[in-house]
Amino acid sequence: MISVVLNGEPRRIEDEVTLDRMLDLFSLPRQRVAIELNRSVVRREDWPATSLGDGDVIEVIHFVGGG
Amino acid sequence: MSDPFVLAGKDFSSRLIIGTGKYRSFDEMKAAHAASGAAMVTVAVNRVPLDRKTESFLDHVDPKMQILPNTAGCYDADHAIRTARLAREALETDWIKLEVIGDQTTLLPDNEQTLEAAKVLVNEGFLVLPYFTDDLIMARKLLDAGCPAVMPLAAPIGSGMGVQNPSNLRIMREQLPDATIIVDAGVGVPSDAAIAMELGSDGILMNTAIAEAQDPEQMAAAMKLAVEAGRLGYLAGRMPKRLYASASSPIQGAIK
Repeated sequence: MISVVLNGEPRRIEDEVTLDRMLDLFSLPRQRVAIELNRSVVRREDWPATSLGDGDVIEVIHFVGGG
Repeated sequence: MSDPFVLAGKDFSSRLIIGTGKYRSFDEMKAAHAASGAAMVTVAVNRVPLDRKTESFLDHVDPKMQILPNTAGCYDADHAIRTARLAREALETDWIKLEVIGDQTTLLPDNEQTLEAAKVLVNEGFLVLPYFTDDLIMARKLLDAGCPAVMPLAAPIGSGMGVQNPSNLRIMREQLPDATIIVDAGVGVPSDAAIAMELGSDGILMNTAIAEAQDPEQMAAAMKLAVEAGRLGYLAGRMPKRLYASASSPIQGAIK
């Protein structure tokens, strides 16, 4: 198991989980979202090949009402 | 009369840009959007909540509208740059409303950080529409950095105070005749929007004035008319102000 911080919350997940798999694990949407890993955007096509490591900080964003 | 509103090479059918925040319901927002005639709407970037299904907010926005993601809630250039990059990746759009806030109470912009972020984002190919204090010199710097338009505030965000410094907007218009100037934030009522347009602004961006109205749909319709009226008034050219009266009816020939 590894520790990561996902959207500001500490989480424990199994080793070798990819960003693609992570979305399913946490019931996150796939359309019109973006992922940042350790402050760099990871392109959608790279989600399946990007594995998470211990201490990684992930942000998954979508859109809400704003001005 | 043809009076196209072209922004970064794209034609927009309305000079009114509106927000998507603070509405009491999606239905209310959709009705207001339709009534406003706006062709571009702002949205905010936010963390997806974990462990629960979320409704897609964007499903409630007319797909014909240009989406303008913002960097609201960012307090330094780095944060705003990261937010802009995420927005571009998610929406596949280069448009970004750049907003770097300097203070939580006033939500006034940090112009220095805004300029820094604008330079980086323009270099990365973004179409940067920066929110900033109504200052001519900063406007020049933002335009020099490659922003296709500048967005000076009328008053603090969500204050509804109207145009607080009309002379600043006039000076900006006169000194930057070729720049696209969009007044962003602070409008409260339709007359505020009309005044901003009469001063020569090319467009207006507003959210709270419509969303927090008792009847947002009706207010959106009123804002549409106000923006159009103000624009026409500006193009028509106002009469000179005089301290004393000038009779409209002939004095000579009046019966004695």
